Amino acid sequence: MNNSAFIAGKVFHCYGNQAALEDFSFSLPTGTSCGIIGPDGAGKSSLLGLISGVKKIQDGELQVLGGSIADGSHRESLYERIAFMPQGLGHNLYPELTVKENIEYFALLYGLSKNDYEQRISSLLAATDLSRFYDRAAGQLSGGMKQKLGLCCALIHDPDLLILDEPTTGVDPLSRRHFWKLIDNVRLARPSLTLVVATAYMEEASQFDYCVLLDDGKKLSSGLTKDIQSITPSGKLDDAFTKLQSRNRQVPPPLEVKLLSNTNGEIVIEAIDLSLRFGEFTAVDNVSFSIKRGEIFGFLGSNGCGKTTTMKILTGLLPASSGTATLFGRPIEANNLDSRKKIGFMSQSFSLYGELTVIQNLELHSKIFNLSLSDSADRIRSLVSRFGLEVYSHTPANDLPLGLRQRLSLAVSVIHSPDVLILDEPTSGVDPAARDDFWRLILELSRDQGVTIFLSTHFMNEAERCDRISLMHAGKVLACDSPDRITQKMGCETLEEAFVHCLEEARSENGNPDKPVILSDITQTTGSKSKFSLKRILAVSGRERKELQRDPIRLSFSLFGAIFMLIVFGYGISLDVDNVPFAVFDQDNSIESRAIIEAFRNSTYFDEKQSISSAKLLNQRLQSSEINLAIEIPAGFSKKLHKGEIPELAVWIDGGDPFSAEVIKGYALAVHFHVLSRFVRESSSPTLPSDSINIITRFIYNQDVRSVNAIAPGVIALILAMIPAMLTALGIVREKEFGTIHNFYSTPLTACEFLIGKQIPYIFLSALNAIALMTIIIMIFGVPLKGDIVALTLGTLLYILTCTSLGLLISSFTRTQIAAILGTIVLTAMPAIQFSGLISPRSSLTDSAEFFAYVIPAGYYLDISVGVFTKALMVSDLWDKYLALIIFFIVFTSASVLLLKKHEI
Amino acid sequence: MKEALHIFYLGIKEFTCLRRDYILVCFLLYTFSLDIYMPAAGSVIGVQHASIAIIDEDKTLTSRFIADSIHEPIFQNPVNIKMSDSIRLQDSGAYTFVIHIPRNFESDLIAGKKPELLINVDATAMSQAFIGAAYIQEIILESIDRQQHSSMAQPVNIVTRTLFNENLQASWFLAITQIAYNITIMGILLTGTALLREREHGTIDHLLVLPLKPREIILSKVWSNTAVIIVFTWLSIEIIVKGFLGIPLPGSIGYFLLAAVIYLFACTTIGILLATFSRSTPQFGLLAIPVVIPMLLLSGGTTPIENMPAWLQVALQFSPTTHFIELSISILLRDTDISLVMDRFLAISAIGICVFIAASYRFRRFLV
Repeated sequence: MNNSAFIAGKVFHCYGNQAALEDFSFSLPTGTSCGIIGPDGAGKSSLLGLISGVKKIQDGELQVLGGSIADGSHRESLYERIAFMPQGLGHNLYPELTVKENIEYFALLYGLSKNDYEQRISSLLAATDLSRFYDRAAGQLSGGMKQKLGLCCALIHDPDLLILDEPTTGVDPLSRRHFWKLIDNVRLARPSLTLVVATAYMEEASQFDYCVLLDDGKKLSSGLTKDIQSITPSGKLDDAFTKLQSRNRQVPPPLEVKLLSNTNGEIVIEAIDLSLRFGEFTAVDNVSFSIKRGEIFGFLGSNGCGKTTTMKILTGLLPASSGTATLFGRPIEANNLDSRKKIGFMSQSFSLYGELTVIQNLELHSKIFNLSLSDSADRIRSLVSRFGLEVYSHTPANDLPLGLRQRLSLAVSVIHSPDVLILDEPTSGVDPAARDDFWRLILELSRDQGVTIFLSTHFMNEAERCDRISLMHAGKVLACDSPDRITQKMGCETLEEAFVHCLEEARSENGNPDKPVILSDITQTTGSKSKFSLKRILAVSGRERKELQRDPIRLSFSLFGAIFMLIVFGYGISLDVDNVPFAVFDQDNSIESRAIIEAFRNSTYFDEKQSISSAKLLNQRLQSSEINLAIEIPAGFSKKLHKGEIPELAVWIDGGDPFSAEVIKGYALAVHFHVLSRFVRESSSPTLPSDSINIITRFIYNQDVRSVNAIAPGVIALILAMIPAMLTALGIVREKEFGTIHNFYSTPLTACEFLIGKQIPYIFLSALNAIALMTIIIMIFGVPLKGDIVALTLGTLLYILTCTSLGLLISSFTRTQIAAILGTIVLTAMPAIQFSGLISPRSSLTDSAEFFAYVIPAGYYLDISVGVFTKALMVSDLWDKYLALIIFFIVFTSASVLLLKKHEI
Repeated sequence: MKEALHIFYLGIKEFTCLRRDYILVCFLLYTFSLDIYMPAAGSVIGVQHASIAIIDEDKTLTSRFIADSIHEPIFQNPVNIKMSDSIRLQDSGAYTFVIHIPRNFESDLIAGKKPELLINVDATAMSQAFIGAAYIQEIILESIDRQQHSSMAQPVNIVTRTLFNENLQASWFLAITQIAYNITIMGILLTGTALLREREHGTIDHLLVLPLKPREIILSKVWSNTAVIIVFTWLSIEIIVKGFLGIPLPGSIGYFLLAAVIYLFACTTIGILLATFSRSTPQFGLLAIPVVIPMLLLSGGTTPIENMPAWLQVALQFSPTTHFIELSISILLRDTDISLVMDRFLAISAIGICVFIAASYRFRRFLV
């Protein structure tokens, strides 16, 4: 069966209890094209995810390009034969990288040579009209431009199977034409290429050889497109779909557009000479328009022409550089809460709470708009049914397919019955039936309730339904009139033609004529076959490095944060106890009692406060921790002493902080001992034992017992436990959160390469950190480096390696950045403070703390650092510590490799 | 009223978001259980369970008597080592103290020759070296004294009474500081990252189009995160501290929780303030470390504040943690009357309010 691109037999897929795909069987010959059509949530994306191998197959048989997708080694060979572009506006792109760098990254992952990819990149950029933007960061592209860039990334290597999930969602009609022309050219050049596309555009689907019609996880029909079309007299795919679907559903009546009755209403939205510049770039250039009450005003234009920016100005999210914008005759102010209540806004990218369910999102908004409980319940019920969200009421928004998420956003934007609706591509990615439903609502709102509607769209049939439309390009309004009149003026048959015509005119003025797209052949690839490729590692680390370099704040935080901590800890962590505040409760008031007090007073350890006058005050002052030590000399002390009785001397110590208490106790005993020996000497009693032997105490390694000599090298272990781990800990989880992890699933990149590549830039940064810290220790704190610098360097490098891999490990099992940050602090900083021996020696720990002390890397490095600095240790003295760090590194890295799955769960 | 409702409902949303992230919930559970238990149960403060070895070249009754007099809880039971191993073992950090009893120690002692006895102290073990050496001296002198049966006449009997924690059990202190530390970490990091998450996912933009004031957004995060952490704190006190660790807390838990709420207000707003200085979560993570970790390590919970340089002591008065550690010990261990620690309450509140004002101001600029 080598002539089949894929064969599916009884494939099932479900999320929890919800079936996404049921009993799916189909086979597609190679070299053909196939459209996957169906309403939102029909299982299109799940199917594509399974074919591409991004999703793990649960049940059934799926053969892709001549082998089972469940077979690991076959799947490995598929990475470079399949190109997959996931759904969503540029979810697999790196926002910090430029357009060109994004494509380059993919080229490197597929092992293309520089010559090859340079040529291909320039022709792909030309074909998608992105050449002008090649050095713009992907994060600053408009939604449609991101889609085009995503396609370029998918096409950079020559795949045998090209899988596109709603590739033209949010792409303007002209670019869409170019896009398909590009695909056609690629297919002409490579007849063996198989194309599988999920799309919401029926007219696009009808150009494919085959069609699969899905609804509710079940296949309605599949086969040659022309066969399916022929089941209806019209020969149109939409009608065929509706017919097949309506076997079990009611067909809604066709949409009728009533004309706007009152054409002389007040002006609700007005923009006069509105401009917005970002530095050199003018996003919105002297835009003027006015929208009347109850009017539906459509905004059309090429991708990145400034539609979204204009809408953001109107909602007060962005301030205009010049010109005025008014709402209900009043200028738009960012802080005007009243005007916000009258606006419903839906942004292009999904911006609701992904963790909340459909109902929870709606409820939250009804509460923000202060709807009464009964109103809101009714309203939510009607909206949920209107937008076909009943089945998904309790599904978290993140788990919804794109089209349903759009519907939810729409529902949220109208929940408070606003007077004005500003909708940025509200129907992008929504299936045709739901779009009609939505338009019914729009028309009802506008015609019956006089709601003013300002929306942008790339669907021409929607544009035709607007009262007036405005065509925009490169920040300027090209035309503004009713759709019919615009079509007439251009002398075209349809609005789409008029639009394309208009844009082509505008573009050729800018010197951007269309050229036929020819992609050069790939002459050689390197390394992509092997399981371990240095080139791919370098590609990953190169990308990570660029992202780091473009984030000077992260660089400086990591460096200055480390230095700052070393300085405050170097000066601040001191384990001596001086100046203990004490007070005396002297009830005797004799020469002897004063002699005792004098001894305390003369000691540098103690700092005398006002003396205590009563027993009650003694307790109170200790409680308020105004003093930590109270000395009570009872009445009759000296009398007893003289009589030869043994008087008592009470020392009260605040035990709140046991460390201080212990030191105070030691000091108090020492002072007492001192006084005592004086009394003894005066009274010539027997010799004290201290005279019988000579105890010599040697403080080795740190003769002057300078805290900083031991603390500063220890603090390095703490700092280097936290910062390198924090640098890497967000590396992978961030990709999970933003969707770029898809590129790991769908490219030949292995877990090992991915991890090492990510780690390299941070090893360098951490090494730089370490050098700075060591310099400060030696130069500023004046700690002598007694041991071997080689031993220190080796240990530090191993430690950095270990800590960065620990960060990556945390990153590979957490799912959100929040968890990764907390996890890093909890798993690196806290154990390093508690169990590394920084404060209390590891050899004194007991219980679980003792166990923990030997399973964290910080303790071993502390021994190395302190050992080399103070104990003059050499490499040969420390081999066991090095070995421990190497074992940690291996364990952490292998755990990460195991935890990083090559497909989505 | 409407504002209060908005704050309430926006806060409820935070719980839902938190609950869905089960790995985060696991970290929270770990932080308030094992991460309290382990340091409290197994870590030490000062000279406790200190590692010690003896090189006994004398091998007489006296030398054995000295060895026997060194024991728990201050020291571990001394291990006999050979002279030749001594340097290597101390180099590797195996023993903090090594006592060297030379040959003929006993006979010299009896002959009144005043023999020498050497104690090698690893001075890099800063928390033990100094006091530990003093303890060993005291123990040795006392044991020789006892062995010679020449009881010294004590002219004065010194009675030391340690209040609030009679046996100076490290676990009492460590459990409380550890809880305070974990409250701080969670308060600052959870709130800051939650705010940045909204920004990174574009939900903040969405909130700004709604009729909400920035104040409402901030306060909703403050109350919800405070509530979560307070519940964890309370459970941790009841189950871990009182239950598993068996620490009798004489003070009022209610007052402690009240102090924790005020403290959390300060912490969560610090989290928000830090978040407004960062453009992304990774930046926040790196900014938070040099703020949070010094707040903890220099708060007086790990090493005494009294001995830090004067400038640092002044600076630390502006850290709410310094006051909270003191307040927690006072309330829970010293059972201090609230009126005596009012100034700490006020200090934490004042810091919280100042940070809140700064955060509100920064928040507006952060959004654009």
